[in-house]
Amino acid sequence: MSSERKLVTVTIDGVQVEVPESFTILAAARKAGVSIPTLCYLKDVSDIGSCRVCSVEVEGSDALLPACKTRVVDGMEVRTNTELVQSYRKLMLQLVLADHGLDSTNYCFSCAKNGSCELQSLCRELGVTESPFAPEKQTPRQAVLDANPFLAYDPNLCIRCQRCVGACNSRAHNHTLHTGKRGLRTSILAPFGPDWKATECESCGNCAAACPTGAITEKRRKAYRSWEVTRTRTTCPHCAVGCQLDLVVKDDRIVDVEPAPGPSNRGMLCVKGRSGSFDFVHSADRLTTPLVKNAETGEFEPATWDEALDLVVKRFTEIRDENGGDALAAFACSRSTNEDVYMLMKMARTVFKTNNVDNCARV
Amino acid sequence: MGKLSVAPKSAYDARIADVLEPYMRRVEAMPPGTCPIAVQVNLLEAGGAQTCGKCVPCRDGIPQLAALMRRVLNCEADESVLEEISQLAALIRDTSDCAIGYEAGRLVCEGLKTFADEYESHVRAGACAEGVGQTVPCETMCPAHVNVPAYIALVQQGDCAGAIKMIRKDNPWPTACALICEHPCEKRCRRMLIDAPLNIRGVKKYAVDNVSADKVPVPPRMPDSGRKVAVIGGGPSGMTCAYFLSLMGHAVTVFEGRKKLGGMMRYGIPAYRFPRERIDEDIRAILSVGGIEVKYEHKVDTAEMKQIAEEYDAVYLAIGAQGGKSLKLDGADAEGVMSAVQLLGRIGDDDYPDFTGKKVIVIGGGNVAMDCARTSVRAGAAEVTVAYRRRIEDMTALHEEIEGAMAEGVEMMCLQAPVRIEKDEAGKVSGLVCQPQYISAVKRGRPAPAAANKPEIRLDADVILIAVGQDIESAPFEEYGMKAERTCFVADEYLQAEGFENIFVGGDCQTGPKSAIMAIGAGKVAARNIDEYLGFHHKLDPGIEAPEPRVNVREAFGRVNVGERPARERGKDFNHIELPISEEEIMQECGRCLRCDVYGCGALEGGRIQYV
Ligand code: SF4
Ligand code: SF4
Ligand code: SF4
Ligand code: SF4
Repeated sequence: MSSERKLVTVTIDGVQVEVPESFTILAAARKAGVSIPTLCYLKDVSDIGSCRVCSVEVEGSDALLPACKTRVVDGMEVRTNTELVQSYRKLMLQLVLADHGLDSTNYCFSCAKNGSCELQSLCRELGVTESPFAPEKQTPRQAVLDANPFLAYDPNLCIRCQRCVGACNSRAHNHTLHTGKRGLRTSILAPFGPDWKATECESCGNCAAACPTGAITEKRRKAYRSWEVTRTRTTCPHCAVGCQLDLVVKDDRIVDVEPAPGPSNRGMLCVKGRSGSFDFVHSADRLTTPLVKNAETGEFEPATWDEALDLVVKRFTEIRDENGGDALAAFACSRSTNEDVYMLMKMARTVFKTNNVDNCARV
Repeated sequence: MGKLSVAPKSAYDARIADVLEPYMRRVEAMPPGTCPIAVQVNLLEAGGAQTCGKCVPCRDGIPQLAALMRRVLNCEADESVLEEISQLAALIRDTSDCAIGYEAGRLVCEGLKTFADEYESHVRAGACAEGVGQTVPCETMCPAHVNVPAYIALVQQGDCAGAIKMIRKDNPWPTACALICEHPCEKRCRRMLIDAPLNIRGVKKYAVDNVSADKVPVPPRMPDSGRKVAVIGGGPSGMTCAYFLSLMGHAVTVFEGRKKLGGMMRYGIPAYRFPRERIDEDIRAILSVGGIEVKYEHKVDTAEMKQIAEEYDAVYLAIGAQGGKSLKLDGADAEGVMSAVQLLGRIGDDDYPDFTGKKVIVIGGGNVAMDCARTSVRAGAAEVTVAYRRRIEDMTALHEEIEGAMAEGVEMMCLQAPVRIEKDEAGKVSGLVCQPQYISAVKRGRPAPAAANKPEIRLDADVILIAVGQDIESAPFEEYGMKAERTCFVADEYLQAEGFENIFVGGDCQTGPKSAIMAIGAGKVAARNIDEYLGFHHKLDPGIEAPEPRVNVREAFGRVNVGERPARERGKDFNHIELPISEEEIMQECGRCLRCDVYGCGALEGGRIQYV
């Protein structure tokens, strides 16, 4: 029997659940309705187990075990909220805060991620308001890498959770963002420096989406605060994969895009979906009404939909009837949805009576 | 006069001793990939902790120096700090009163030179040089980068066949490595932090003792590539290369100079360490891939090398180091004087010597010398003596080999430098004259011997075996145009021979005589690079995965060793000297593994050295 299907029984904070053997304690806890805080863990992206914030007590084990990467075994008894677990969690966050280098609230106030920083919310949730440890300050402060047009990396804010590494390597398979060493400390080698064009980085931004802090961000993230926006779920207007995304709207303008967990994109987007799929909405060049060419002046002039459609029907019918369907062809825009493209094809074949159909998506 | 106390002055000394043992183990377990400056700072601070607090350079200089070095370590310092470090370290070295101070300073001074590139990188680039960064200890130290934690876990699950498949992913000689590997993988095993390194070779031995390698099917061969590769030399390196190339679908022809395959594993290592039927298990499995044609007793000369290089798409040259080095001693031409290579080579073809009643002297202190000595015991010699210029602790032979030889009755005559060989009227060897030595100053990291003010000694001998190293028979290939430095072929780090596109070279004939596993590692690298050279990027599927990890066992245990037959008994025959390991022993041993592939740096991107 595959380990996917073999069920085991575990008890989490007194709640018994039956879960597949392949589950981690974290997944089992979620099923049991018990929440375990996590920081470096990001489902399907990274489970290196570096922050240890999810450490829990397991009956029979001397050590605390990380819930994010410890598999359940039959009969396991887990305690997620003992005094020891709670005190370790806090202490761990205090260490991370010191590493984050917070020596002034200035950083939080001016950080692009203020309000949507996972470190911030976790500290708030667990009541960690200050750290007894001296902030880890690099002197001089390390330079921010921001030559890439979309992305920036501020090493000073990095907590080295390596979620970005998982995002770029195991998730996006771009293998561009790596870690380096500075003696005892791990550093993130983000390809956004002056030589960004020479790197293999596709500017897909999956690293920024994975980053829990303000260390790697989309540059446009500065333009809004998390509490100022609303979200609308939609489908990416580019290729035919159909990635799901949320348009982030502030004051009736789209300011950003966030990946949604769609069946085909599972929380990821490419550079086009993430950074090339919304700014045209507010472009001054955009047509907002149909235009019909004035036969005398040669100029386009605004018209109503009825006028425009009537004209199209009339002329297309004439051309088809006089010259046959092959005089017509239908080209669909790659920014249309699959359904729209399908409808156009259908119309071309049944109404235009032509098989001349194509689409400019070549992805 | 006051009273005297028998109590030690500091009550802590005895208790500190308990800490020193784990301290030493921690130093020994230094993870591969550690930044050398970190190690240096650490060492310096250990010096700082030992100061008695008297002298200024040591008491005040070391902490100040450590602070400066920490800045460099953290990449917060510029070149001027390096200058300060260098001055201060020299001051500590030159002016401290005792070794606690001056040795601490000296090591920093040396380190500045040894690791100049890393210091440079810290101050200039603000980062460690490329390649610094931890990787899984066993897997990194193994020259073939075998996925050790995975096969240990498979054995623990009772899947010995799976373990063999996992080993084969990187090394088609599971039996050879189970029996005779020098196991560099154990050197930095993280388990040392708790008790002792895993007996990694032992785990592998358990696997191949329970399921013989030729009973575990090799992965299916990929479709024919239409390319032909010649492998010259059917030893560990050549056959590894042939195995992987053939799996990738290339047609391989192996040119082997001797009657059988296996190279020095058959013609250099005696059967009591590696029984012939066991080496054949690996060879059968390798050949079972198909697509490998072997031309036996086929030595390649200059003309044929030229022809091969033209006819085949690529060539892997792995002829090993099979010539015996000779000693320039008077009388070395006497009858009864033989090189180790001659003796062991004949045994490889089942031609066993008979030394019944004879006095045998072996010259040398390496593993091959031990092999000769222990072979002589088994060939019925009345007396076997090893004559060596240095001390036992300076011998390059593995500790177990020396001990094994001594247990079988071999006499170690140390600090004896051979001067001349005496022969009788018939030209037969009759004795060896040695000049006694004493151990003297350390030269190039090793204590060197010097002639002692003592008279020469003479030892009776009927047979003298010279085991002072091996030669590479490079002449025909050098004549063909290949470059060699002191007979070692020259190649780049991808093993492409200098000056040639399609000739690759590796193993002993490129590195000089080293271990089987190094040769195997080279064979694998060559296969991969030949495949790339031919324009392919074949990926091989080992057909097995690493099992899910269990939670680490933190309780300390003793290390399970591989047992041997009693010396009295084993010295009488050429049968394998090692005993099987029991299931309960191996389960405990496997349970000690910390699964560094999933716990620690192995979980990280770049934390492993794995090709598949
Ligand atoms: S933008 Fe995409 S490709 Fe570039 S570093 Fe981030 S994840 Fe990797
Ligand atoms: S850049 Fe962000 S995601 Fe990457 S290691 Fe730093 S904090 Fe974590
Ligand atoms: S504990 Fe296991 S995985 Fe770690 S170094 Fe030792 S053998 Fe390898
Ligand atoms: S994995 Fe964690 S505990 Fe292990 S060496 Fe790395 S940082 Fe330390």
